[in-house]
Amino acid sequence: MRFWKIVAAIIGKDIRAELRTKDIFSSMFVFALLAVIVFNFAFELRVPSMKMVVPGIVWVAVTFAGTLGLNRAFVIEQDKGSLAGLLLAPVDRAAIYFGKMLGNLIFITVVEAILLPLVMVFFNLSLLTGPHLLALFLGTYGFAAVGTIFSAIAVNTRAREVLLPVLLFPVLLPVLVAGVKMTGSLLDGESLSSLANWLRLIALYDVGFTVVAYLTFGFVMEE
Amino acid sequence: MSADAVAMIDVRNLTKSFGSKYALRGVNLHVMPGESLVLFGPNGAGKTTLIRILSSLSRPSSGSVHIGGLNLATHSDGIRRYLGVVSHAPLLYDSLTAEENLAFFARLYDLQQPAARIAAMLAQVGLTSRRGDLVRTFSRGMLQRLAIARALLHDPEVLLLDEPDTGLDPQAAEMLHGLLTELSGRGAAGNGRAGAGPGPTKRTIVTITHSIERGLAIADRVVILAAGRIAFEADVRGMTPAEFRPLYDTYVGS
Repeated sequence: MRFWKIVAAIIGKDIRAELRTKDIFSSMFVFALLAVIVFNFAFELRVPSMKMVVPGIVWVAVTFAGTLGLNRAFVIEQDKGSLAGLLLAPVDRAAIYFGKMLGNLIFITVVEAILLPLVMVFFNLSLLTGPHLLALFLGTYGFAAVGTIFSAIAVNTRAREVLLPVLLFPVLLPVLVAGVKMTGSLLDGESLSSLANWLRLIALYDVGFTVVAYLTFGFVMEE
Repeated sequence: MSADAVAMIDVRNLTKSFGSKYALRGVNLHVMPGESLVLFGPNGAGKTTLIRILSSLSRPSSGSVHIGGLNLATHSDGIRRYLGVVSHAPLLYDSLTAEENLAFFARLYDLQQPAARIAAMLAQVGLTSRRGDLVRTFSRGMLQRLAIARALLHDPEVLLLDEPDTGLDPQAAEMLHGLLTELSGRGAAGNGRAGAGPGPTKRTIVTITHSIERGLAIADRVVILAAGRIAFEADVRGMTPAEFRPLYDTYVGS
């Protein structure tokens, strides 16, 4: 019970700070919006069907914008020295991981909630359906689960802004491939049940990396 | 904490290396309960590394650390409850108010009746009137006073201070020094810990500083670290800065 109280305290602290500064949200949202606009102009007259490119556009916008957010999440802690304050507290290090990870997940989900309607307007496609949202949520969770632990690794390095995507994207490939495939197939009219294998892959990835991060976060944070 | 522990902090043969570079080489150190130990030494002597290991932020390469009789390698979660740490970085969130910062740390330390404790700590460091202000609006001196309130919030038995006066102007440094002098048991308010039962229990304090005057004002004992080893160690109660200066110059340089 205390574990989840700590998780809630960290999420609450991050949301309160973000509502005041909008540091993470503004950079993520502006990047995602610009990516969608640029892709819209780039593909508008050249692609026979937008269904061919929208899955890629959505997932590129979400993951690249999410990477900006992941970078900021731990850099803000590290630059102010407050990460040490967290680590000095008598709390399970895994609770710190879950607090930061769920905070990242909330920030990315908020960006997606604003981005998806814009994508629908720009490309005239429906993405606000249950199966689409399920695929997006599972992929986003996997991204946040892996991204949080990699951003914790990268934050202690000098080239942290560069290192995070270099470390993260190769590991993220299964989620990206599954996410793009599912979004594309759903836009083509396939049912969710026909995508069970992709769903299983993302779900296994999410569970597997959550367990790995839970077990290793304490070691990652030690000097 | 073990009641029959002799030394509150017991460091044995502690070594820390970063690659081929040694920050600490076989350090042995014992700090008794209620004792105020001041660490002097030139830059790069290993002082901050030692404090980071004592505070469980860094893992030693070899050797052992026991705090309150508990092994830091196996009981770090439990030991952290008994530690308060102040460093030159305030370890605070500048987008939160002073009160919100302390409330957040009160939740991490699972404090009972946090509101009363927070109010008491803000009063002790003279920040009650700024309790609702964002920390980013604070001066360096106010930040350090709030950092001390954060470190004392859970009434720790051991206080680790790593150059808390770095970057302060003389006036703010003097104010901070007054606060630390009281915490070390030399001031009017003494070194009693809140809720410690009948008769105040003295805090064990380890301080890093470059100021001989300020260090001696709070020290029962001093240790001079040089090149990762203890070069000098002595009880300095009653010793004046003028008497200590030649020793300091010998080991640290003038």
